[in-house]
Amino acid sequence: MRKTLVVTLATVAISVAALAGADGHADPKQIEAAVKARQAHMQLYSFHLATLGGMAKGEIAYDAEAAGSAADALVSLVQLPQGGYWLPGSDNASIENTRALPAIWAADSKVGEAAGAMVEAAMAMQAAAGTDLAALQGAIGAVGEACGGCHKPYRASAN
Amino acid sequence: MRRIITRTLLAIIALIAIGLWVTRPQALAPGTLSGIEGDVARGEIIYAAMGCASCHMAPGSEDRLVLSGGKSFPSDFGTFYAPNISTDPDHGIGNWSDAEIASAVLKGTSPAGQHYYPAFPYASYGRAEVGDVVDLIAYLRTLPADQSPSRPHDVGFPFNIRASLGGWKLLFSGSDWVVTGTLTDDQIRGRMLVEGLGHCGECHTPRNALGGMDTAQWLAGAPIPGKDNERTPDIRAPSLDWSAPDIVAYLKTGLTPEFDSAGGEMVDVIANMKQLPDDDLNAIAAYLLIVGTDTP
Ligand code: HEC
Ligand code: HEC
Ligand code: HEC
Repeated sequence: MRKTLVVTLATVAISVAALAGADGHADPKQIEAAVKARQAHMQLYSFHLATLGGMAKGEIAYDAEAAGSAADALVSLVQLPQGGYWLPGSDNASIENTRALPAIWAADSKVGEAAGAMVEAAMAMQAAAGTDLAALQGAIGAVGEACGGCHKPYRASAN
Repeated sequence: MRRIITRTLLAIIALIAIGLWVTRPQALAPGTLSGIEGDVARGEIIYAAMGCASCHMAPGSEDRLVLSGGKSFPSDFGTFYAPNISTDPDHGIGNWSDAEIASAVLKGTSPAGQHYYPAFPYASYGRAEVGDVVDLIAYLRTLPADQSPSRPHDVGFPFNIRASLGGWKLLFSGSDWVVTGTLTDDQIRGRMLVEGLGHCGECHTPRNALGGMDTAQWLAGAPIPGKDNERTPDIRAPSLDWSAPDIVAYLKTGLTPEFDSAGGEMVDVIANMKQLPDDDLNAIAAYLLIVGTDTP
């Protein structure tokens, strides 16, 4: 378990490092498609969290199976390679319709670490979700914190 | 002619002198704290509710207990830097008295009798109870010392003259409540947490030309200083349109009813809020649900 986690974290880090190094400019169409894809990826996080968070809040009755599969989906999502979406030149100072901040691509960017923390929180949720409601409620805060840990430095607030 | 000029000058000087006297920095009245014993455990909760760490921990740090300062606050008047308020006796506030710290937090007045800039949100903290601040101070004294020197502010004339802040204070700080009327106990507790300790209005309320919170637009959302095209959201009940459980869940996890997650400085606020007892979070929700409605 520990080993898989380390491998996964490394993969996330590498994919982010690779995109930070790629400085070939993508054309506007590619960029637009990449932005749409990453926003869709984020929407999928929200979709699965709606099941987990809804149960944690008591809005949906707890169901171990449904909770388990939502958490599995979240873990699959956070492990997908994302390098293709985060193209240099697709930040909110360069193009419209994105809230991604230039800091993602800065030399001292820690976006890989934020992505790694997301993987850990999703895995902790996977371990907890199917156990019982109390375990799920105990894990939801860390998931929200991992999302926020990346949104705080790397996503602009709306206007 | 000469006499008229002299007289006018004298009159102006007299007016300024009266103005400076009326707006002179006020410390807490002597004896205000006497007989009040600080409770460290309660102080820890007050510390979270008041969010001191969000501003006074080192920029980029995750350690909410090391108050070494350094975070910058851009404004229309210049850039302010949060000072070191750790227990270090030289670089922090380790050898300040309780009354000196309480006067800073509640009155915006320094031990040397100068006004603080309102980037330090005493305009909101002024609504806090003295007892809560004494608990807070007892807790602050348990935190580690840090030797980073405080960085001077970067503000130009006339704003670098602290005496000029007296008028501002007179206009925009004090202990009056924004939402008044017949409130339930829960709403009253929520008002203390939102208008006072949690200083939510400092970010969520637009400011007027003088930099004071425009209470007619209380919690209506505001531009974020130093960030073009970003605003804090309008969190008045009719605009927010969230239920009480939605608000509580957001303050605990950062997750919205759509299961998006909070970003920006709200992430720090949530790191603090989730340490509060459920009763307090319910109280915040009870209060927010009447802001912008006819209920109170
Ligand atoms: C590694 C960084 C990172 C992590 C982790 C992350 N996000 Fe995001 N998220 C972003 C960025 C950057 C944007 C802005 C993307 C854009 O506008 O191009 C964003 C945008 C979003 C959006 C808006 C999408 C749209 O349609 O515009 C939602 C919803 C969202 N995130 C939800 C989540 C949730 C829920 C989680 C946690 C499960 C999460 N995010 C975790 C970086 C992250
Ligand atoms: C330091 C500034 C700051 C303070 C203080 C602050 N907020 Fe916020 N708040 C924000 C920002 C910025 C956002 C937008 C977050 C984002 O980008 O997702 C926000 C978002 C919110 C939202 C989400 C609204 C929505 O439509 O998504 C709520 C609710 C909220 N704040 C309530 C509060 C409460 C209650 C307090 C006081 C306890 C508070 N805020 C204090 C800056 C602040
Ligand atoms: C929104 C940001 C912010 C928050 C929250 C905040 N402060 Fe400050 N604080 C500042 C700034 C900026 C200054 C500098 C003011 C000045 O020099 O006029 C300051 C100054 C101070 C000072 C004076 C230090 C000195 O060397 O003169 C003390 C004491 C202090 N803060 C304590 C606190 C405590 C205790 C809390 C929590 C209850 C707190 N602050 C919360 C921004 C903040």
